[in-house]
Amino acid sequence: MKRTFVGKHISGILSILPKKESYFEEELLNYTFTPSQSMRLKKIMGYEKHRIVKPSTATSDLCIYGLNLLLDQGYITREEIAAVIVVTITPDHFMPHVSSIIQGECHLPKNVLCMDIMQGCCGFLIGLMQAYMILEGAGNKKVLVINADTLSKKVSKKDRNSYPLIGDAATITVVENDTSAEKIYYTMYMDGERRNALRIPAGGSRLPCSTETARMKEDAEGNIRSQDNLVMDGSSVFTFVQIDVPPMLKEILQDAEVSKDEIDWFIFHQPNQFMLQKLAQKIDVPQEKLFSNIVSLYGNPSGASIPLTVTHNLGERMKHEEFLCCLSAFGEGLSWGAVITKMGEMDFCETVVSDL
Amino acid sequence: MEQIYGILQTLRPEFDFKSSENFVDDGYLDSFDVISLVAELESVFQIQIDAMDILPENFSNIDSILNLVCKNGGKI
Repeated sequence: MKRTFVGKHISGILSILPKKESYFEEELLNYTFTPSQSMRLKKIMGYEKHRIVKPSTATSDLCIYGLNLLLDQGYITREEIAAVIVVTITPDHFMPHVSSIIQGECHLPKNVLCMDIMQGCCGFLIGLMQAYMILEGAGNKKVLVINADTLSKKVSKKDRNSYPLIGDAATITVVENDTSAEKIYYTMYMDGERRNALRIPAGGSRLPCSTETARMKEDAEGNIRSQDNLVMDGSSVFTFVQIDVPPMLKEILQDAEVSKDEIDWFIFHQPNQFMLQKLAQKIDVPQEKLFSNIVSLYGNPSGASIPLTVTHNLGERMKHEEFLCCLSAFGEGLSWGAVITKMGEMDFCETVVSDL
Repeated sequence: MEQIYGILQTLRPEFDFKSSENFVDDGYLDSFDVISLVAELESVFQIQIDAMDILPENFSNIDSILNLVCKNGGKI
């Protein structure tokens, strides 16, 4: 799907991280692989450390912490909010929605639209599109796109394919109308035939959680997980990204009539450093313009990856400068998409650490 | 050829790669070993292996790895 949007602007991003850092080297003994085998991957994949929430922390807790901060500091008022869009694959419950929990806990007015979207890696782009559409005719109201996941609760600690890479985080992105904003180019592709490359087999109506689904089993490569855990076919995901993402990026650059050189920053979802490095080579973009540090510092926080990349790497500059950015995400679904948009002159763009 | 056997042996010292006809099918190399091997080949031969070449069949035996290195500009 291709769309263009006009008169929309991201006026602030807040990233919320849990306090606890877990180090790859301390987790080596959880895996069946030899430490030397695992350590070899440390630099290549970017396994370093990641943020993990406390066992008692739910996804909404990170969001509520962040939104209360924004309300208390006056960056947004309750009356300005038109909608709260939460994008997550790790909701607190099936019911109520995380957005409803946030509305209740933050005492938002009853005319605020609250909706959850179940989407993983492309969650920021999907939430952004929804915000752009809701803002049509919304006047000076604002939409909050909240990307939040606590994937540490769904990934086996004995799965070396996935556990070292994931990180818990939430981001709150404020989107509003701005008549002076330049045209935004948006594209999104999906392929449900390849949906099983990333999945959590149990826990839904197809296969409810049970003692059987919770049983830990070792796969052919030596990773130990249950059907309640996330399972990723790493080879398929890698091939998908290298085959499908480059032509999509070429297409959106052509549509926007901008060259790669004119893009200030390529801000991509960060599954792992190896995949990003190979993608950068494939699309011939200098690695200095494509951030790849989030996965090593915080872990891959699913849909929060792009906004966290922005606050961590460009926080101060986003408040005083403006950049032409190419955002891109790819993963669960399978889905892959991109946005070309000006970003900057934000009211706030920060990363905070919570005690959650 | 011996140089590549040496790299393989460093990656997985517990296996005798010369006795295997298919490193992947025999379980000598898993998908993450392949990634480690790519990084090592790139470093040793000063090459960049095209992402599209990172497929299990290109790492299944010594000849396929040799072909991969040569195809991506490596001199053996």
